[in-house]
Order: sequence, then C-alpha cells, then structure tokens
Amino acid sequence: MFDTALTAADLLFLAKGAGVTILVTLISVALGTLLGIVFGVIRYQVGPWWAAPLTFVLDVFRSVPLLIQLVLANAFLGVVLKLRMSGFTVACGVLTMYTAAYCAEIVRGGIEAVPMNTRRAARSLGMTWRQDMTSIVMPLATRVALPSWIGLALGVMKDSALVYVVQVTELLKSTQILITRLQEPLFLLMICGAFYFLISFPLARLGGYLERRWTND
Amino acid sequence: MIEIENVRKSFGSLEVLKGIDLTVDKGEVLTVIGGSGSGKSTLLTCINGLEPINGGRIVVDGIEVHAKSTNLNKLRQKIGIVFQQFNAFPHLTVLENVTLAPRKVLGMSKAQAEEIAVRQLSHVGLGDKLGVYPTRMSGGQQQRMAIARALAMSPSYMLFDEVTSALDPMLVGEVLDTLRMLASEGMTMICVTHEMKFAREVSDRVAFFHKGVMAEIAPPAELFGAPKDPELQKFLAATH
Amino acid sequence: MFGYTFQWKQVFARLPQMLDGALVTMQIAVLSMVIGIVLAVLLTLFRQSGSRLLSGIATAWVEIARNTPALFQIYMAHFGLGSFGIHLSPYVSLLVGITFNNAGYLAENFRGALKAIPETQTRAGRSLGMSPLQAFRHIVVPQMLRIAFLPMTNQMVWAVLMTSLGVTVGMNTDLFGVTQDLNALTFRTFELFAVAAVIFYLIVKVIQTAARLIAWRLFRY
Repeated sequence: MFDTALTAADLLFLAKGAGVTILVTLISVALGTLLGIVFGVIRYQVGPWWAAPLTFVLDVFRSVPLLIQLVLANAFLGVVLKLRMSGFTVACGVLTMYTAAYCAEIVRGGIEAVPMNTRRAARSLGMTWRQDMTSIVMPLATRVALPSWIGLALGVMKDSALVYVVQVTELLKSTQILITRLQEPLFLLMICGAFYFLISFPLARLGGYLERRWTND
Repeated sequence: MIEIENVRKSFGSLEVLKGIDLTVDKGEVLTVIGGSGSGKSTLLTCINGLEPINGGRIVVDGIEVHAKSTNLNKLRQKIGIVFQQFNAFPHLTVLENVTLAPRKVLGMSKAQAEEIAVRQLSHVGLGDKLGVYPTRMSGGQQQRMAIARALAMSPSYMLFDEVTSALDPMLVGEVLDTLRMLASEGMTMICVTHEMKFAREVSDRVAFFHKGVMAEIAPPAELFGAPKDPELQKFLAATH
Repeated sequence: MFGYTFQWKQVFARLPQMLDGALVTMQIAVLSMVIGIVLAVLLTLFRQSGSRLLSGIATAWVEIARNTPALFQIYMAHFGLGSFGIHLSPYVSLLVGITFNNAGYLAENFRGALKAIPETQTRAGRSLGMSPLQAFRHIVVPQMLRIAFLPMTNQMVWAVLMTSLGVTVGMNTDLFGVTQDLNALTFRTFELFAVAAVIFYLIVKVIQTAARLIAWRLFRY
C-alpha cells in the first residue's frame, strides 16, 4: 500500500488543493457570518410577518442542493449577465449566501434564547436598544449560538468540496485528478479524508464540549 | 407479610442501611420518618428489588426478593411503589398511563384494563381527566394518577416514597387524603414521609431511621408522646 | 434587458423527463433513510453495548460520517471500494454513500435522544412489573421518537439534496443527472437548472409539510 507512485510534486498539488479548501471556507464563513448576523437580527427585530420575504429567500438556500446553486450562479453571472468572474469569486459568493442562510437561523435562535426578563432588566436600568443588544443579548446569545456556529463552519468546509463544479480545484478535486492519473484511489482518498477529519474532528469535539459546559450552568 | 431481616445496603463505601430488622403485617400502615440520608427511601427501593442488597434478606409473602430464582417482574406486580417525582409517562394520556402495565404485563384486554383504570382513577378523584396528558395537570393530580397507576395492578402492598415532598404546599392535602382513604380501606402500606401530622393520624406504627439504623419503632402515640431515643427527641424538637 | 433570451418553452418540453429523474431522487432518498435508520439503531445499540470492539466500530462510523464531506463518502463507496475489487454501479455507490452518511448522523441523534429521557422513566415502568425490554419498548422508544423526529426530518431533506452528488460518480437517472444530460443536449444551463431547483425546493417543502402533519398526529402531548 505504501508502494506508491505519488511524488513530492503530487503532494504539493494536494497541499495547494487543501489551501484552496481552507481559503474558500475562511472567506465564506467570515462574510457569511457577518451577513447572517445582520439577517438574523432583522428577522428577530421586524417579526415573522415583515421578515417573510427574507425568510423565504434564506429558506431557498437551504432547500436547493448547493451544487445547483453553484451551477445557477455561474450560469446567471456568466451567460445571462455576461460578467467575467473567476470561479473562485462565484464559489465564495454562493458559499457566503449559503452560510448566511444557516447563520441567520442560528443567530435568531440565540437571541430568542435570551430571557425577556433579563432584557427588561437591562432596559429598566436605562440602557438603550443598542446597549442592551451589545452588552446583554450578544454575550448571552453567543453562548447558545457558538456550538451550532462551529458546526456550521465545519459544514461549510465539507460542502466546499462541491465548488469543483465552477472550476475551482480544491482538495477533493485535486485528489480526483491524481486518482485519474495514478490509479491509486484508496490511498489518495485516505489522505484526503484524513485532512478533512483532522480539522473537523477536534473542532466538532470542542463544539460539543462547549455545548455541554454551557448548558450545565 | 413483609419480613426484613438484617438488611445491609451500601453505595460504594457509604453504608446506608446497617442491618435493618422489621416485619410489616398484612393490613398494617407503617410510616417511616427520619432525616435525609437516614436510608429510609433506600429501604423501599430494596423491598421491590429495584436496588440489590449487600446482606440479609427481604421476604414478601414467603418469596425472597433478592434470590436469583425470584421473578422480580412477577413479584413487583404485588408491590406497588409511588415515588417523590411523579414519573408520569408524558407521551400517554392519563387513561393510557394507567392501562399500560395491566395490558402489557398482565395481558389484559383493552376493555378490561380500561374498566379497572377508570375505577381506580375515579377513586383518586381523576375520573374526569381520562383523555388528558399528564403534563397538563398539577403535581398533585399527577401524583394521584401515579397512585392509581400502581393500584391498577391490584397490589397487595403499597410503598410510598416521600410522595408529597415535591409538591406545592397547596397540593399536599389532596394526596395525603388519598393515602388516608387507602389506609382506611385496609391496604398494607409503608409510607416514607416528612408529614408528622399524617404519620400520627394514620399509622399503626411509626419507625424512626437515623444514619442507616432503625433507632425506634412504636405506635404513634408512644413514639411521638414519649420518645426514648435521644436522636428521635432531637429530630422531633427540630420538626416542630 | 439582459441581452440574453430565456427559452423556457424548450425546457418545459423536457419536464416529464426531469420529473422521472425526481422520482429516482426520491427513491434513493427514501431507501437511504430506511436503511440508514435501521443501521443507526444498530450503531446506537453497539455504542451502548459495552463491548470495546462494537462501540469502537460504531464510534468510528459516526465520526467519519460526520467529519468528512458527503462527496468524499460517495467517492469512497465508488472508487475506494473499487480498490478491493468491489465495483458498485453509480446508483448503488450513491445509495451506499448517502446511507452511510444518514446512519452516522442519525445514530448521533438517537444517542442524544436516549440521553434526554430520565432514568426514572424506566424505573417507573420496571416498578410496575415491566421487563427491561417492555419498559424500553413502551416507555423509552416512543419518547425518543419525538425528540429525534425533527432531526430525522432534517436528515431526510439532506438525503434528497445529497442525491445531486451522484453525478460525480456517473449517475444520470436522478434529477440532477437528467438535468445535466439535457444541458449537454440543449445548452440552456440556466433555465434547466432553475427548473431543477424549483423541483428540489418543492420536494423539500412536501417532506417538511408531511413531517409536520405526522408530528401533529403522533405527538399530541
């Protein structure tokens, strides 16, 4: 099994793929989280009725396969609008919206978990809405939301394997290219799987630990 | 008859029952009082075999509870127990809570089980709650349902483990009234309780447990009127 | 306005083919859920068994399923098993991959649900003379089902969405595969995939609505 045709150059190729996976994930999670917080606060603040259009749009991102979202975005931007955009930009854009859609739910859930009495107490001390939001709601909601958010970020990393469809060569695509050339699928897939696992597993554990710790308080 | 002979029970290195000897006759109402950690609740869970024991033996109607050959499922049918937490089955209606064991354990038909359940539920004053889910009821109602659930198995003995301790003060009365009614009907009962007034009125005998030992046992007039054990004297002084 | 003429007619003419694909997608999703639930129950039992070997296998399964991409799992079924001389058709590869994923996630859900039911419930059942199995079957399982129901619904939705990954191992009879083939014929990429997106969206909504109805019927308490 260790008798492999894999060269140092091939390993570098895989490492590059892994770098792309991480880069796409970091960009999308960062932007998507910011957007998700904005959407989540809006949804909570304006109530279910006025938020309905936003809720609908976000729900679409959670109800259509990511692969189709990527193909559609690529076709719409490239063929319909005739914009020249790199696959990388399209991938980050779609994954950002995808992240935001899930993140908004997490944020709303976090805010709703803050007891109304605590907030009334804050307002009764003369705090403004903004002060209440930043010094009462945010710290408490973060506790509820952080474990789910870790899960989401890891989910986005795993789902970023699909951006190959807009010509972005991330880790899994790099692996597949090497499989086609070297014909050693099991060995290569195990390297690739180990990479995802080694990032995801410890962070998922951390999320689980935080969840247990904070719910026991 | 329940015969308890030199029963010992430990949780790890902590010995909670240090050799208890006690006999409860048919038709007797025994109440057990004592501070927390005195081992009184543990004794009840040992009597129906929910907890194993480390020494001695418990014999119910001639059957040794902790013998390997004893069919505990069968034995438990004649020993009903009601806990401090009501332990209602939240996914079943009041009627279903009460009919479940008669149907699944005794193999009764639905109609038969329901007839018995309705009778027992009416008996504890819940005849109008048959289709209600327990989560919609007060703690007192849930506890009375738990009593009816145990009674539906037609047990020969009933064990009550601090059944009013988790209740709001307002709701204690209705559950104690149910116990009084059972006592007056001649049910053999062992009640672990903190309700001294109840113990004084209802019991044939009262036992005082202290640190895993049965320090004193006597009819209520004697035990409350002229306590001999110094720990019991302290305990009674503190509870009044 | 866009300098691009949408041609929906051409796409609507292909709708029957796409709906046939949607049926295959549903079939795979349902099969993968049914088998996945059975496997998840086994994995949950393995993890409770106390046997080092069994719980090790189950834990490895659950952690790999949850910590690697679903697409990786499908590749493993298709290319990875191929290294052992086991060559699965695209359909079976996709089914195996999704089922593996479902079982892992569901097993974790079941374990959480089991933990959420207090020990006192089993005790209460046992004190009424029930056997351990009777108490589990009549008292624990129904309550577990309620807790695990929403996660199970979500997993079903995931299963539907995951079928789109079959195209990477050569699947061409499911909704995504059919759409892809039609695209190669007509080049109406945007219109075709927009219609596919709508079909997927509707399937998901039907599942969620049905689940809500079932939950409402089943869990009255």
